[in-house]
Amino acid sequence: MQHAGTGKRGDEVAALDVAGVSHSYGPKRALNDVSFSVAPATFTALLGLNGAGKTTLFSLISHLYDTRRGSIRIFGHDVSRASGEALRRVGIVFQARTLDLDLSVYQNLSYHASLHGIGGHETRQRIAALIETVDMQGRQHDKARSLSGGQMRRIEIARALLHRPSLLLLDEATVGLDIQSRAGILATIRKLVETEGIGVLWATHLIDEVDDGDHVVVLRQGDLVAKGKVADVVKASGAGSIRDAFSRLSRSEAAGIAEISP
Amino acid sequence: MSASAMPEQVAAVTPAKSSAFGLRHYLICLKGIVVRECLRFLHQRERFISSLVRPLVWLFIFAAGFRQVLGVSIIPPYKTYVLYEVYITPGLCGMILLFSGMQSSLSMVYDREMGNMRILLVSPFPRWYLLLSKMLAGVFVSIAQVYAFLIVAWFWGVKAPPLGYLFVLPALFLSGMMLCALGMLLSSMIKQLENFAGIMNFVIFPGYFASPALYPLWRIQEASPLLYKLCLANPFTYAVELIRFAFYGQVDWVSLGVVAGCTLLFLGGAIIAYDPSRGLITRKQGTGGNG
Repeated sequence: MQHAGTGKRGDEVAALDVAGVSHSYGPKRALNDVSFSVAPATFTALLGLNGAGKTTLFSLISHLYDTRRGSIRIFGHDVSRASGEALRRVGIVFQARTLDLDLSVYQNLSYHASLHGIGGHETRQRIAALIETVDMQGRQHDKARSLSGGQMRRIEIARALLHRPSLLLLDEATVGLDIQSRAGILATIRKLVETEGIGVLWATHLIDEVDDGDHVVVLRQGDLVAKGKVADVVKASGAGSIRDAFSRLSRSEAAGIAEISP
Repeated sequence: MSASAMPEQVAAVTPAKSSAFGLRHYLICLKGIVVRECLRFLHQRERFISSLVRPLVWLFIFAAGFRQVLGVSIIPPYKTYVLYEVYITPGLCGMILLFSGMQSSLSMVYDREMGNMRILLVSPFPRWYLLLSKMLAGVFVSIAQVYAFLIVAWFWGVKAPPLGYLFVLPALFLSGMMLCALGMLLSSMIKQLENFAGIMNFVIFPGYFASPALYPLWRIQEASPLLYKLCLANPFTYAVELIRFAFYGQVDWVSLGVVAGCTLLFLGGAIIAYDPSRGLITRKQGTGGNG
């Protein structure tokens, strides 16, 4: 197991600090003693095949589920004990589409703004700026139902940024999108890291979305099997590239299944 | 997709401790939830029409037929004989609130399946406040439906004392709160939308028919003492009576106490059920992802 966490730099508080987190659904263990951290202004890819525990981890970080074992802190605020303070600092794009299809783009964004206590005038200003950012000018009053998958994702990203978070969580945000939409969304998120200093946790199973300069956290059936800078993870796994490294880590999973199968 | 510079998109890298939400922020949140509920209701025209047609069918057809069969003696709050249409009008108001409360439960299950619920639940406002706001929004829409029904009933000749339309408002509000809270509690127990049919069979229909909405309790007692006891154990019975007395400017204190108590009980249950540390939601796998 690699130990190259992207956590605290000097006295800087980690954007996200996950410490010893475990979670079960009844007898089924979904996460097992997972620990890692995400520094501000870094892009961290959370890698894992389907069922690795990425979505469960996101549900714990966003306090949809309570953390029963271990702790999760967002800029030092414990998600279980001070969920309000923690959630104010985080923007979330869920894997499943979460726009209200019967409402317009503007109404969806405005609803989110109100859930963060942002008033009318400020809401209008922020929505106008973000609509431009995600290149959706002229679609404010269209119903969400009329948007393509990629356009919906852009609106969801705009929504996640509306309350000016310092940490952005994206759960498989590019699943089901064409190559051009994927590249565009990824470029925008990376730009946010560079220009705005947002810490990003990007869950994916698509290894081509990982750059050499990124940090990665690899989950396998609820276990954390690698974490650190891409180069460190590649080196420690004895692979030639992050693709190979991920493949080897995933193969271990396949081997594990093979061992228990008749 | 443009990745151009975004002025002041994000505050600081390591944010200073922000001030807590004030009353203004809480009101903004409440307003946002109410507006969304109203917009959703207006966008779903079929829901609006069916919510109006359902009680009107009972009033125009059922009541007209049963007027000749079912006599209503002089019982409080009535001081004279009343037409059967007049007798069932409070029950039909209750029916609107009952269906609407369960509809809001349905919409919460739908929101959870579609993922919209997550947007509400990851708001930094306290979970209890979000659920209370959602309930208030549901009650607001329910009461609007009741008054739409009462207007049509007025033109049909079914009229309450003029001030009754004002006096009934608090009774509608409290009854609506109780039924919305019940719906919210039930929604936490339903994993899939398909299971909502069970709510129709086990909550709405028994709740409605085992109440004085359509026939006075003394008639039920004559017909079946067991059913009478069931009616007395049914919170909807007290919601109907509270509304009935309120139309005539009176307060049925027993009904008020039961409805208020049940509201607190159901709301408390819903808050616990939706609490991530204690609730039922946490124990169910259903985050909508596959990672």
